Amino acid sequence: MWEITLTHYLTVAAILFTIGVFGIFLNRKNVIIILMSVELILLAVNINLVAFSSFQHDMVGQVFAMFVLTVAAAEAAIGLAILVVYFRNRGSIAVEDLNVMKG
Amino acid sequence: MIVQALSFYVFAAVAVVSGVLVVANRNPVYSVLFLILTFFNAAGLFVLLGAEFLAMMLVVVYVGAVAVLFLFVVMMLDINFAELRQGVVRYAWIGAIIGIILVAEIIFVVSSGVLSPADNILAGSPTPPDVSNTEALGNILYTDYFYLFQAAGVVLLIAMIGAIVLTHREREGVKRQRISAQLARDTRTVEIRKVTTGTGI
Repeated sequence: MWEITLTHYLTVAAILFTIGVFGIFLNRKNVIIILMSVELILLAVNINLVAFSSFQHDMVGQVFAMFVLTVAAAEAAIGLAILVVYFRNRGSIAVEDLNVMKG
Repeated sequence: MIVQALSFYVFAAVAVVSGVLVVANRNPVYSVLFLILTFFNAAGLFVLLGAEFLAMMLVVVYVGAVAVLFLFVVMMLDINFAELRQGVVRYAWIGAIIGIILVAEIIFVVSSGVLSPADNILAGSPTPPDVSNTEALGNILYTDYFYLFQAAGVVLLIAMIGAIVLTHREREGVKRQRISAQLARDTRTVEIRKVTTGTGI
């Protein structure tokens, strides 16, 4: 109980990952919440990487967590830019309206 | 040991609860704020794991940049969020059951001892005992993973250019600087007049 092991961290990451997946199911219509859920999933991945890096005494995990952070930031910027353009063209961000690829 | 364990449980509990509130909240502005809280607590977990640099990075990049970006978009777009939440409750319990099964499976796997940290021999870049976390990270980031580091910079550059290209638009009726027209002007196209004081042209 008072000894924090790798399993504890992996469990937290698993719960956060599942919350992210569940959020995508729950808010199927709202693209902004879906993007936030993706951020939660990437955060869970980062916790896994850093936990393994710390418990295996290997620094490479933290390097890769940094790259995941970079890609997550780029993904959020591009995703939100697409969202803004879409809202400008269609006046809505509902996922059901996203099926016409005409721009 | 007890202090570490207690802080782990506090950070983990707040992170999980605010993660639930991110996806379950009615108001997306509150969702973004709970996302910020989740990231703060994840940064606390990183500090407990000894990854101080990544913890600070998480606070700076996520709380400082990504979450503010989300806040901007949520507040600027005029969206009827109540309409977007219709039909949520109908499938929520199916999703909850699948989610509980999924998390139970993952916990079952990670607690079975298969992912044991005992095999330290596999460590390719062992953590040096006498340098700080930031220094150790820099020592391998700028040597072994230098090309990946450059590639990450290119990814960020492409994301920046892409976001600008996507959201930039030409508007009618906006006065803007045309450098070529400015440079092409000479005394034949510009008329110089003598203005007497107090009269104007």
